[in-house]
Amino acid sequence: MNVQNLTKKYDGKAVVDTVSFEIPKGKVTSLIGPNGAGKSTVMGMISRLIAKDAGLINFEDKDISKWKSKELAKRLAILTQHNNIQMKLTVKELVAFGRFPYSGSRLNQEDYDIIDQAIAYMELEEFRDRFIDELSGGQRQRAYIAMAIAQDTEYLLLDEPTNNLDIYHATNMMKTVRRLCDELGKTVVLVLHEINYAAFYSDYICAFLDGKIAKFGTVDEVITKETLSEVYKVDFEIMEIAGKPLTIYY
Amino acid sequence: MTFIRKYTLTIILTVLLVVLSVWSIFIGVIDLDLKSILQGDSEQVWLLLVSRLPRLLAILCTGMGMSVAGLIMQQLCMNKFVSPTTGATISAAKLGILIAFAFMPSSTIWSRALFSFAFALLGTWLFVWFIQRIKFKDTIMVPLIGIMFGNVIGGITSFISYHFEMTQALSSWETGHFSMVLRGRYEIVYLVVPLLILAFLFSNHFNIVGMGKDFSSNLGVNYKAVLFMGLTIAAAITASVVVVVGSISYIGLIIPNIVAMFKGDKIRGTLIDTALFGALFVLVCDMLARVIIAPYELPIALIIGIVGSVLYIMMLMRRLKHGRKAVRLASHGGGGCQ
Repeated sequence: MNVQNLTKKYDGKAVVDTVSFEIPKGKVTSLIGPNGAGKSTVMGMISRLIAKDAGLINFEDKDISKWKSKELAKRLAILTQHNNIQMKLTVKELVAFGRFPYSGSRLNQEDYDIIDQAIAYMELEEFRDRFIDELSGGQRQRAYIAMAIAQDTEYLLLDEPTNNLDIYHATNMMKTVRRLCDELGKTVVLVLHEINYAAFYSDYICAFLDGKIAKFGTVDEVITKETLSEVYKVDFEIMEIAGKPLTIYY
Repeated sequence: MTFIRKYTLTIILTVLLVVLSVWSIFIGVIDLDLKSILQGDSEQVWLLLVSRLPRLLAILCTGMGMSVAGLIMQQLCMNKFVSPTTGATISAAKLGILIAFAFMPSSTIWSRALFSFAFALLGTWLFVWFIQRIKFKDTIMVPLIGIMFGNVIGGITSFISYHFEMTQALSSWETGHFSMVLRGRYEIVYLVVPLLILAFLFSNHFNIVGMGKDFSSNLGVNYKAVLFMGLTIAAAITASVVVVVGSISYIGLIIPNIVAMFKGDKIRGTLIDTALFGALFVLVCDMLARVIIAPYELPIALIIGIVGSVLYIMMLMRRLKHGRKAVRLASHGGGGCQ
C-alpha cells in the first residue's frame, strides 16, 4: 500500500497534511504520535472509513476509491473502537460476519471451517456460544480479532487495539499481532499510544506530529532520543532490553 | 434432538398461534359452528369469509408486521427503545392519512396508504437524521426525543383535523381497532407479508449495520443504503397497518425486546419468533377485547395500551437495574444511530 500527499481538512485546518509513505508488506507497522497528530485519521483514510480531501492511496496498484467495497473487504480488514457493544450476538455469530464479504448470508462448509479455525486460533472455543456483551474487554477484543481472521485478509488495520485493556490483555493482544504477522503472513498496521509496545512488537514505526510524518523507518531508526523528544515534547531516555529499544519518559 | 431444542420456542409459538387462531374465529356476536360451516350453510360461510377470516388475517399481519418493524428500527438505531411508536413513524403515518383525506376527498384506500407511507418514511427519516446529528449520552434520551417529535406531529395532525372539521374521521385512526376489518377494505395489510420476506432476506445486513458504521464499511456493506432500505421497510409496514387498523402502539417496542432476551440479537435467528410472538400477542389482546364486554367490543389499542405500558415499565426497570452499565457504555458508540 502506497500513500501520496494524503490530506484531510476539518474546518479549513489540515489535520493530515500532504502525508506520503509506503506500508511494507508482511510486516507490522505502528503509527504513533501525540493526540491530534493525525494518526487515526490517516488510518481511517487508508481503510476507506474516512473520505480523503486530497492525495492518492494506492492499494495493490489501484486507487483505493476505485475498489469495490466488498472486494476490498476480502483484502483489508479494519477494527476500530466504535462498535456497538450492547448487541447480543454470540462469539460464533460475530466471527461468522467475517465471512460476509465472501458468501453473504449463505455460508458454506468452507466458511464454517474457517470460522472454527479463527475461533480456535484466538482460543475462544469455550466462549463460542456466549454473548459478546457478557464478555470482558479482553475477550471481546479477541472475538473481534477472530472475526478479522475469518475475514481472511492480507492487510489488517487495528485502531488502538490495546485501548481499555489491562497490562495482561494488552500484552497478549500485541503478542497476537506479532503471531498474525509471523504465522499468517499478514501485513498489520496499528495505531498505538503505548510507545514501548510499538518498539517491542513492530517492524516499522511511523511517528506523526501535527499532521505530518516526523519520521518513518525501522524501530531502531525511529525510537531515538531526538525523534521522540521532538514528537512528544518531553525528555526521553532509551534503554535496551532483549535487543529492543525501551523508552523511558519523564 | 438439537433441531427440536433449537426451535423449541418457534414450535411452541406456532402451535399456540394456530390453536388460538382457530378459536378466535368462533368468537363473536353471531355464533359460528364448525358443523354448519362444513355442511355449507351459506350464511355461516359468508360470515366466515367476509368478517371473521379477514379479521384474523389482519390481526396476524398487524402483529407480525409491527413487531418486525420495531425489530428493524431497534437494530438500525442501535437502541432498544426505538420503535414505530417512539420513532414518530406511526404519528407521521396518521398525518399522511389525514392529509390525503383533507386534500383529496375522493381518495381510495390505496392512495391514502401511499400518503401514509410517504409521511411515515419522511417522519422516521427526520427522526433518525436528528438523533444522528445530536449524539446523545443516554440511551433513554433517544425514545424521549422520538415521543416528543411524535407529539409535535400529532399536534399538527390535530390542528389540520380541526381546521378541516375532520376530527371524527381522524378518531377512527387514533385508536386502532379491528372491528372495521371486512372483505374489500383491509387487503392492503397483506403488503406486510412480502415486506417481512424482504426483511428476512436482508436480516444479516441489518445486523451488520446495527454494529456500527465502521463495522459495516469493514465488511463492504453500504451503511447508508441499508439504513435507508431498513427504515423504508419499517415505514411501509407501519403505513400498511395504520391505514387499515389505525395506530397500535407498543407492539414494535415490547415484542422484539422480549424475544431478544431469550434468543439474542441475531436477526436471522429471531425474526420468525418475533413475528410469531407479535401475532400471538395481538391475537390474545384482540380476543380479550372481544370477550370482556361482549357483545360489545373494546378497541384493541386500549387493551394493548394497558398490557403494553405495564410491560414497558417492567422493561425499563429491568434495564435500569441490571443494564445501567450497558446504558452508560452506550455513550461510547454514540447513543443513537451513528
